[in-house]
Amino acid sequence: MGAFLNAMPGVIAQGLIWGILAIGVYITFKVLDFADMTVDGSFSLGGATTVMAILAGFDVSIALLAGVLTAMIAGYVTGILHTIFKIPAILSGILTQLGLYSINMRIMGKSTQAVSVDKYALIVSIRFVNETIVIALIFVAAVIALLYIFFGTEIGSAIRATGCNQNMARAQGINTGRCIRLGLVIGNGLVGLSGGLIAQYQGFSDVNSGRGAIVIGLAAVIIGEVVFGSRHNFAFKLATSVLGAVIYYIVIQIVLQLGLKSDYLKLLSASIVALFMAIPAIQSYWQNGKRMIRRKS
Amino acid sequence: MLEIKNLKKTFNKGTINEKAALTGVSLTLNDGDFCTIIGGNGAGKSTILNAIAGVWPVDSGSIVLNGHDITWLPEHKRAKYIGRVFQDPMMGTAATMQIDENLALAARRGQSRFLKPGTTEAERTHYVDLLRSLDLGLEDRLTSKVGLLSGGQRQAITLLMASLKKPDLLLLDEHTAALDPKTAKKVLDLSDLIIQENQLTALMVTHNMKDAIAHGNRLIMMSDGNIIYDVSGEEKENLQVTDLLHKFEEAGSSDAVNDRLVLN
Repeated sequence: MGAFLNAMPGVIAQGLIWGILAIGVYITFKVLDFADMTVDGSFSLGGATTVMAILAGFDVSIALLAGVLTAMIAGYVTGILHTIFKIPAILSGILTQLGLYSINMRIMGKSTQAVSVDKYALIVSIRFVNETIVIALIFVAAVIALLYIFFGTEIGSAIRATGCNQNMARAQGINTGRCIRLGLVIGNGLVGLSGGLIAQYQGFSDVNSGRGAIVIGLAAVIIGEVVFGSRHNFAFKLATSVLGAVIYYIVIQIVLQLGLKSDYLKLLSASIVALFMAIPAIQSYWQNGKRMIRRKS
Repeated sequence: MLEIKNLKKTFNKGTINEKAALTGVSLTLNDGDFCTIIGGNGAGKSTILNAIAGVWPVDSGSIVLNGHDITWLPEHKRAKYIGRVFQDPMMGTAATMQIDENLALAARRGQSRFLKPGTTEAERTHYVDLLRSLDLGLEDRLTSKVGLLSGGQRQAITLLMASLKKPDLLLLDEHTAALDPKTAKKVLDLSDLIIQENQLTALMVTHNMKDAIAHGNRLIMMSDGNIIYDVSGEEKENLQVTDLLHKFEEAGSSDAVNDRLVLN
């Protein structure tokens, strides 16, 4: 128990930073109704770009911005593949993600690159967990506030309409292709921001750091919905996604303490997401089953 | 004025499912014309509306609306000139968005969208007045999600949205077919009212011969992807359902028998 409590600040810090990714996934998956597989690649890309820019002598905030921008480009590429070349959404994301593996290797020159908090003025670090929590909270609050304002504007409304009903959106003169691309750019930009912060927090970037990131993001969004309910306003929904990410990492910490081998973590994440996404279907089978039994008797 | 010339569209070309949906349709609508379209299943009624709206590109022909050649314009760009109401009440509105947000999206049809507020307070006041005129009790539900409304309410809102920014052409695609008779009548009356008040040019597809006769100043009948009967003015006023059935048989269209069954 003591070890668990000692680990808590670190877990919360990590959860908050991944929460920014969860917000990005919320934008693409929930608002845009687009299962965006780019995320796994753009998360690593954000980290790789940020770390290499820092190592190249750029200011840390400029480096982080570069990480966000490159991840945005990745989202744009997926958007082009889907909206211009009509490749199915999932495949568009997978293609970008696969291509990004090579690009990330090329950016870093090898599979991992370390960046020391002793040599560079990193924004967050595992060595300063409490400060990291404060800074991550500021980032989260700023992101939620900006998105809340943005999705209330004309362009933001057009993106929401596109995600909800493309026929209706086009009938109202909305360029749905452009809205999808813009939504993917925003979502992946947030994923890149999360990746850039995690790389600083851990003190290194890793070409494999994004593997399964989309699943963690989805898990966070779903956990947030299940725990806090989905009948809230937009800003609160984004906040619950972040809290979902924190809860996710707390759960992971608990099962690790209980002795689960870390090799099994990805299986656990996949199972959590599969289970929660299956709940509506299971509920309807159960309801229909009951009705059938009633009819028989 | 709408001028359609020799419009052709074949679906699934070169496959066993090939279907000539429009076989050289020409049609001219004058400003203020309210034209109803009848015909059997597969006659091309909805197809011609979709062609005008730009859901997919046509094979050949031209569509000119008030002097703008819109034949090759993408769907979202023609929306500037065209208001639409669909058969499926789910199709015309964004279910997860509020009533005022839906109306605000429609109020900006054909305009560039910027980082300005999506809905303003002045707009909301205006929307409350408009909703009150519908007499469906929606004026108090401005911030309700449209997905919570009934099919009839959604169609009424879609109508409002289609006319919020006066369109050069209003397309009604069997927009009452999915509603119960009482609600259907209410939505039809509302359509009449909106078309009259705004002096809109409109095309309305319907399965119901009585409605086709009772509404509008012009009626066209379609069969096998073309117009086989076009009547307006006094002649249309005096039209009877039996006349239309007679016309169907005269045309000897392959789906005439089918039509009798559907339309009676």
